[in-house]
Amino acid sequence: MIPSPPPSIAPLTAALRSALPGDSVITDPVRLRTYECDGLTHHRAVPAVVVLPETAEQVARVVRLCNEHGVPFVARGSGTGLSGGALPREDGVLIVTSKMRRILEIDLPDRRAVVEPGVTNLAVTEAVRDRGHYYAPDPSSQQVCSIGGNVAENSGGAHCLKYGFTVNHVEACEIVTPDGDLVRLDRMDPGYDLLGAFVGSEGTLGIATKVTVRLSRAPEAVTTVLAAFRSIEEGGRAVSAIIGAGIVPAAIEMMDALAIEAAEAAVACSYPAGAGAVLIVELDGPATEVEAQFARLRELCSGAFELRVAADAAERAAVWKGRRSAFAAVGRISPAYIVQDGVVPRTSLPRVLAAIDRLSAEHGIRVANVFHAGDGNLHPLVLFDDAEPGAGERAEVVSGAILDLCVEHGGSITGEHGVGVDKARYMPKMFTGDDLDTMQLVRCAFDPRGLSNPGKVFPTPRLCGEVPGVRKGVHPLVESGKAEQF
Amino acid sequence: MPRELLEKTGVTLRDAVADDAVAGVSPRWVALPETVEEVSAVLRACAEGDLALTPAGGGTKLHWGAPPERCDVLLDLCCLNEVLEHAAGDLVVRVQAGVTMGALAGALAAEGQELALDAPPEATVGGTLATAACGPRAFRYGAPRDLLIGVTVVLADGTVARSGGKVVKNVAGYDLGKLFTGSYGTLGVIAEAAFRLHPLPPARRWLVVADAARPRELAAALAASQAEPSAVELDRPGPGAPATMAALVEGTAAEERARVLRDAVGTGEVSPEPPAWWDAPPYEEVLVEARFVPSALDGVLAAADAHALRLRGSPVSGRLRLSPAGEISEERLAAAVAALRERAHAVIVLAAPYEGVDRWGPVGALPLMRRVKQQFDPGRRMSPGRFAGGI
Repeated sequence: MIPSPPPSIAPLTAALRSALPGDSVITDPVRLRTYECDGLTHHRAVPAVVVLPETAEQVARVVRLCNEHGVPFVARGSGTGLSGGALPREDGVLIVTSKMRRILEIDLPDRRAVVEPGVTNLAVTEAVRDRGHYYAPDPSSQQVCSIGGNVAENSGGAHCLKYGFTVNHVEACEIVTPDGDLVRLDRMDPGYDLLGAFVGSEGTLGIATKVTVRLSRAPEAVTTVLAAFRSIEEGGRAVSAIIGAGIVPAAIEMMDALAIEAAEAAVACSYPAGAGAVLIVELDGPATEVEAQFARLRELCSGAFELRVAADAAERAAVWKGRRSAFAAVGRISPAYIVQDGVVPRTSLPRVLAAIDRLSAEHGIRVANVFHAGDGNLHPLVLFDDAEPGAGERAEVVSGAILDLCVEHGGSITGEHGVGVDKARYMPKMFTGDDLDTMQLVRCAFDPRGLSNPGKVFPTPRLCGEVPGVRKGVHPLVESGKAEQF
Repeated sequence: MPRELLEKTGVTLRDAVADDAVAGVSPRWVALPETVEEVSAVLRACAEGDLALTPAGGGTKLHWGAPPERCDVLLDLCCLNEVLEHAAGDLVVRVQAGVTMGALAGALAAEGQELALDAPPEATVGGTLATAACGPRAFRYGAPRDLLIGVTVVLADGTVARSGGKVVKNVAGYDLGKLFTGSYGTLGVIAEAAFRLHPLPPARRWLVVADAARPRELAAALAASQAEPSAVELDRPGPGAPATMAALVEGTAAEERARVLRDAVGTGEVSPEPPAWWDAPPYEEVLVEARFVPSALDGVLAAADAHALRLRGSPVSGRLRLSPAGEISEERLAAAVAALRERAHAVIVLAAPYEGVDRWGPVGALPLMRRVKQQFDPGRRMSPGRFAGGI
């Protein structure tokens, strides 16, 4: 049985219907159900209403109506997020940007493009590729994920080791504030860097309705190397050697034996047989520089038992194929799995991986390791059989313990997937109450009523206006007549 | 008594002298904390006595921004000068805010690394962040906010808060570092910072084009080159004077790449040394920053010419700093700024000894900024009035 929406939402629904074109408001329970989760499928909630606005003005109108009715709202792009950041509220409105997918402007002389939030990440690159440019952030879901979602999550990707994250490539955003105002945040504007605070705020500070992204010049040369090692330790040593030699590759990715096994089963990527770990290193830049760095790289990877160099774009794609398919591929070797995302200082990788091994053995749960080795961003895939009683719980324990390891080693509970609803409870492990209260000040400035994607990022935020350490109401001594206040 | 409140903290305190003035406003006392806890203690004392405070680092940009509405205490962070952790293998450094950029560069160079921010060596980490000051290589490496990965701040009520961390890739929680970068001390005190580092490039070469006739086209060609210059800078020492453009190439094969660059634009000399004006410290008493998209360069140059301004900066990042050749009256400065504002996206008067000039121009999201200020510093004690919109 699909529960009918709470009656309190009915007046808002009526108002939405008169404010938006007829087919933009969804209340049909069957259609609502298609929006019940994002890429993190074990958190589900059917939204009370879904709206599909076509313009920024319509988004603003929806948000203003939500304010009038005191109803929370959640924004959603393509729904590929892996932390439940776009998990709907059963008592709220889900604002889906999938109809806002126009590329509004491409300005190559100034190397920027203005796009609507529903435009996919890859569509930006495709629009300018033939003119020698591209959009640098490349999350592995780039074929489908939206720019608006990338802005909300400050998405990274394999190449952010050299080129940085979404926040480093966004020049301006037009946003609808949680009050329903249309405001432009621009890197060039004087004043506080509200754009920097907005990008990565996971929809809690408003909704991006136009995004001005920076376009990058395509590098002259790209060299992609696949190095196979007998063990993960040897692979790790090569990574340290590369960084130690002062080389900043565009990407350094590593997969362990179990992840390779899964990728072979899924996409037959033909990585060297018997590898305990493979390393994918991509160098890019001016041809002379790439050439010199490649010569050095060969020496630094002398521990590899096989080294393949992709000769052209097709071979490069073949090298990346196994890595790009890794998350989905583990479905071939395990009925169920959890994709984890944590970060450790790169030099702690060997110790952390050893500790993950111990956790895995202790709980009888296999863990496949895929990671952005250059920046210490781990994506352990925690495998379990959901038909086996208790296995899911054990996998959860292992997955959570991996985050504890990340925090213990001075890292982070998320490198690119975001906190969302999934990791809000881990935030106090990484931050003190004062840290979280201070972040909450930003929230209160943007969203004093707490209507914009509530319940995400922060565990039990304090109410805006509530000052820590300052009592509200009458002091007990005053009340009992033992003291007076002036 | 306010002084007693401050003395009670145990933090070193002295009476202010003329040199301690903040954009012309003299504080009464100078506090010299040596730890983050001491910073917090001073701020709590200020909260108790409703004392206004301005944080200061090396003092290289203390004349930037509007004069504070009130300033009782200058918080001199010079004693917070420890490099806390240099994790060379992780390309990360954690420092206290009072560390000078010169001292930091020295420490990092010992391990073959650098913080790729161009700043005067006597400027501090905290001051560079608080003003978000960019140098030539921001074109490649980004602004201070792009290299900052973690921050410890002390709020007006003494609360010590952290965001980010010491790993480059990290999206947990709001990024307070970005909010505080460029906030001119109006939200709180930046006490510690962690940065992403880069390996020191094995070589550097400059392609110098004297008498750059068509600067916009030349800059565009340099920026688009796959030889990947780290910086492209323009210098015009006076109105009507010939402009010089220089592009920096860093890394492996720098010499060859600089020659590729020269061949691509068909002019210039390759040099192992920068031109004398490269990255000169911005100490002018009157200094204006224009921010614009690169295609707007011609208009900005014409406005600068018409108002007799010298200029220097990055035509490819769209950021030029302009200053008068000699004395300039308040009226003439206001006219020059108005003309520039017609051509550039934003024009900020970084420094000027005049009360009347509109330093910031239109500020897009001002109502939101005021709300942020209200949340962080409801008592308006942190550098009040120094910032955009009178914040």
